[in-house]
Amino acid sequence: MRSQRQQHWIAFSTLFMKETRRFLRIWPQTLLPPAITMTLYFVIFGNLIGSRIGQMSGFDYMEYIAPGIIMMAVINNSYTNVASSLYSAKFQSHIEELLIAPIPNYLILAGYVSGGVARGLLVGLIVTIVSLFFTTIPIQNLLITISMIVLSAVMFALGGFINAIYAKSFDEIAIIPTFILTPLTYLGGIFYSIDLLPNFWQQASLFNPILYMVNAFRYGMLGVSDIPISIAFAIILFCITALTWFALSLLSKGTGIRH
Amino acid sequence: MKALSIQHLTKVYDNNLRALDGINLDVEQGDFFALLGPNGAGKSTTIGIITSLITKTSGHIKIFDVDLNMYPEQAKSYLGLVPQEFNFNGFEQVKNILVTQAGYYGIPLYEAEPRADELLHQLGLWDKRFTPSRALSGGMKRRLMIARALVHDPKLLILDEPTAGVDIELRRSMWAFLENLNAQGTTIILTTHYLEEAENLCRNIAIIDQGCIVENTDMKSLLNRLDKEVFVLDLNSPLTEPIKIAGINITQVDNTTLEVEIEKDQLLNDLFQSLSIQGIEVSSMKNKANRLEELFLALVEKTQVNP
Repeated sequence: MRSQRQQHWIAFSTLFMKETRRFLRIWPQTLLPPAITMTLYFVIFGNLIGSRIGQMSGFDYMEYIAPGIIMMAVINNSYTNVASSLYSAKFQSHIEELLIAPIPNYLILAGYVSGGVARGLLVGLIVTIVSLFFTTIPIQNLLITISMIVLSAVMFALGGFINAIYAKSFDEIAIIPTFILTPLTYLGGIFYSIDLLPNFWQQASLFNPILYMVNAFRYGMLGVSDIPISIAFAIILFCITALTWFALSLLSKGTGIRH
Repeated sequence: MKALSIQHLTKVYDNNLRALDGINLDVEQGDFFALLGPNGAGKSTTIGIITSLITKTSGHIKIFDVDLNMYPEQAKSYLGLVPQEFNFNGFEQVKNILVTQAGYYGIPLYEAEPRADELLHQLGLWDKRFTPSRALSGGMKRRLMIARALVHDPKLLILDEPTAGVDIELRRSMWAFLENLNAQGTTIILTTHYLEEAENLCRNIAIIDQGCIVENTDMKSLLNRLDKEVFVLDLNSPLTEPIKIAGINITQVDNTTLEVEIEKDQLLNDLFQSLSIQGIEVSSMKNKANRLEELFLALVEKTQVNP
């Protein structure tokens, strides 16, 4: 007879493996596009335009934007993976396989989020390998680099989960990435230091959580940041806590998944 | 022990539709139980609440004496569900669907795989084990849903119209499979629109209509309530003149077919004796309508007249 803890572990790892198998099976849709898109970023912004920009915060432009581009890929893919997988499960009704099974809500959330994190990190690794063809990536602080990329993936996977819970059509899982996530990412200091912005826009940028993630990740790699690293960690941990609580309360009420 | 105990179960949807109105229902362990009702009566809502797919408004459910609200994980571990609609990932391979479902119930891969293989053999899906589920025929999809519901060896299996749209040959093989499963100790609750299916398989029955249980008894007692039955007789040779038997209402459909109405207190022997005396030979006989169907319609019509 297995203990409840063992059963929970098996249920969680089953869901995690199912999620991982899903994005690996459709790799031309999940892994290949970010590799191609990010290569274009490096070629166009880094190589062609970047060579005319010169240095930023003491680094070649290509070297400066590499952490932000990796972070952008991780954020997008963590979010999209959970949003599309959970919404598909709702759409095809196979979410019911999970809902009738003796799995607590927190494990359902953990299973989906870990699947999103796995895709985000795998795409991040692919983009990092691509970036090594164009520039060098010095790692100044491995712990900050790894912890920030993992925490960012967790946070946006949680966001994707909540998006899918509320979504009633495939359009509704594309709206947030297109109209909120992408603008915030582009305005999150991937391609520039906020020191270059007028004072008003510098202050406005501080309300963008992605700015903190990009800068903390860049700090881990290059050792430079526009904001204090401790604040970046505090903000991301707060966001993860709030999103986890919200997602669990939605699951508990059955919003969007139970009638 | 009761496999399922439902007390005062009520469901009011957001649009104020009262789908269930305080129903009470008990199903004994080992039973083969039919839950019947017209479309929209509340069958699927009841099953949805038992299986945690629908949230109840009020009431209590116990599965093998375990309260579903207080100990959801333990209660859910006893349940297997074959839903009405296909609900698996069309891109997953057949065997993966079973192994994954077993994993959700905390069954490790080294136990789930042989169990899945056994079910795939039993339900004739072995050759399709590596096929994506969307490529299966309708009948195979139904069998896959049964296999998935059984992969964790549930004590209570709920089937929501499992044979809808299934050809007669497959339906009969599914009946045999379910009867065997029940004989091995699995409690089964069945909803179906084929009343012949319920009559043949189930020992006890509840009829639900407009969110209320209008009948809950054993199949034999229910069928005994029929005060008359109509039989269709096929004759060996054509009738030359109209036939009359005292006390028995006979309608001549054509030269070789009769419809005979037999009251509950009349014997078929009397009928055959009278026919023999008149030199009429009967080659075959059958019920004009399914007996349960007649009772079902009578009960449902009664609640619709007196809601």
